[in-house]
Amino acid sequence: MEPLLLRNINVPDSHALATYKARGGYRSWERVLQAMKPEQLIEEVKASGLRGRGGAGFPTGMKWSFVPKDSPKPRYLVCNADESEPGTFKDRLLIEKDPHAVIEGTLIAAYAIQSHIAFIYIRGELVFGAAMLDRAVTEAIQAGYIGKNIAGSGYDLDVIVHRGAGAYICGEETALLSSLEGGRGWPKVKPPFPATHGLFGCPTVVNNVETLAALPWIIERGAPAYAALGTEKSKGSKLFSVSGHISRPGVYELEMGYPFKKFLEEDCGGVPNGRKLKGVIPGGGSMPVLRSEEIEKVNLDYESIQAAGSMLGSGGVIVMDDSTCMVRAAWNIARFYAHESCGQCSPCREGCHWMEKIFRRIEQGGGEPGDLDLILNISGNIMGNTICPFGDAAAMPAAAFIKKFRDEFEAHITEKRCTVTAQ
Amino acid sequence: MALEFSPETYKKFEETVSRYPKKEAAMLPVLYLAQEEFGCLSPEAINYVAQIMGQSPARVQGVVSFYTMFNTKPIGRHHIQVCRTLSCALGGAEKITSFIKKALGIETGQTTSDGRFTLSEVECLASCGTAPMMQINDEYYENLTEEKVTEILQKLK
Repeated sequence: MEPLLLRNINVPDSHALATYKARGGYRSWERVLQAMKPEQLIEEVKASGLRGRGGAGFPTGMKWSFVPKDSPKPRYLVCNADESEPGTFKDRLLIEKDPHAVIEGTLIAAYAIQSHIAFIYIRGELVFGAAMLDRAVTEAIQAGYIGKNIAGSGYDLDVIVHRGAGAYICGEETALLSSLEGGRGWPKVKPPFPATHGLFGCPTVVNNVETLAALPWIIERGAPAYAALGTEKSKGSKLFSVSGHISRPGVYELEMGYPFKKFLEEDCGGVPNGRKLKGVIPGGGSMPVLRSEEIEKVNLDYESIQAAGSMLGSGGVIVMDDSTCMVRAAWNIARFYAHESCGQCSPCREGCHWMEKIFRRIEQGGGEPGDLDLILNISGNIMGNTICPFGDAAAMPAAAFIKKFRDEFEAHITEKRCTVTAQ
Repeated sequence: MALEFSPETYKKFEETVSRYPKKEAAMLPVLYLAQEEFGCLSPEAINYVAQIMGQSPARVQGVVSFYTMFNTKPIGRHHIQVCRTLSCALGGAEKITSFIKKALGIETGQTTSDGRFTLSEVECLASCGTAPMMQINDEYYENLTEEKVTEILQKLK
């Protein structure tokens, strides 16, 4: 397909305003200001079928429409650039190579909900990315795209690039807002949702970088052009970050519904070194792993991956070849969640560490009969019992690794060593 | 000794706070300013931030302890952070970490006696397609090999 989200990234100086403008940048923003009412804009994005690209896949236009029109409180738009999901590095590419597309999308979304302050919450480690965004915001202010009475429209908007400080949980929208309020990044119970009770109790919309970066194209070409791409329930294009045992790792843009197997074998060059594919995590570390034979008929869209028992998530594809010890992989992911649990809900705070310890002892040859069922039991007791989806994100991959590769885990326990990796 | 910002940093602090809808929202950027100015967020630094932000030291301490990028103790001039999460692990991150430990004679979490390097292992840094990788202070170093690591470490004085 003709690249939509990645259309600028290979152009020299793609980060500069002059380059972005020469390629049609900020025309959508000008058009929105001159000719579109917020309601029209919301309807347009609804009609495009765009869904949130941060992982949850919630329809973007609908999310905006939940902001009360008659609230006397200020409204806030937040661009979620806290990209931290294991295996995901697509937002970083957009931020570093096409920051103006991210900013233009942020402006459009802010206008849709009539916000006058927009935040771009970027993970603290991305120092270079934050500098690129800061520079681009300054350029956009100087060009009159951000500020007071923008282009004579009477609309005011300020954009603040806000750095996180190292906490995976802040990618979860209510945790992000707690962090932006200056506190610990603790998720909040929903409802009430941020659309009515967000930042400092005010109506707030949090949208992912990739979601926002799609908006200028949608306004430029129209909702029907976007909706013509993809499948019935998964419209448009999506970025996939591919890593692990793969010949050509990187960020790819695909029309939704692209065959998974073809993607890995042809576009990404397949598994290198004559190895065979063993398993693949399709949507970032939070999603259940799939065995190689399970992806045969899967397409890269929300519904097809869900039908196969996993989720599209962030589109972080982690490829594992037949030299991979799945006990080690499961332990690695469990360790991530044990480290990142925010500690509010007991099932997650305790359970994540228990799962990590048990996976570790199995991996180190100290596994006991019953350990696998114990992990499944802990996982089941975390699922659905926490304030935010982090608990599910820790529980699902742990259970999936065991269910999909149980023989290997059992062999590890009985033989007290790895039977897969060549020592 | 009571700490305080230099006049230049204090000016930055006031500018930062003025952009936010509420003062407390500027907590993370103000903590970054303090860490930059004082080297780490010691109890004295936390007390000072609490004072200028109009918050209790306990509240500020609670924020500091939540985030991995705030250091409460001094660290080396170059903070090496090797990513250990799955994609980097599949790409050989453990070997890189072992190599650095041997080269510097320290374990994860330790600082070299000359104060030059601190070594940490961290979770996913959104650089999975260029594994294995590490971050040293503000810079990312990707597609690491032992040779590359040697070269990088030699350049950092």
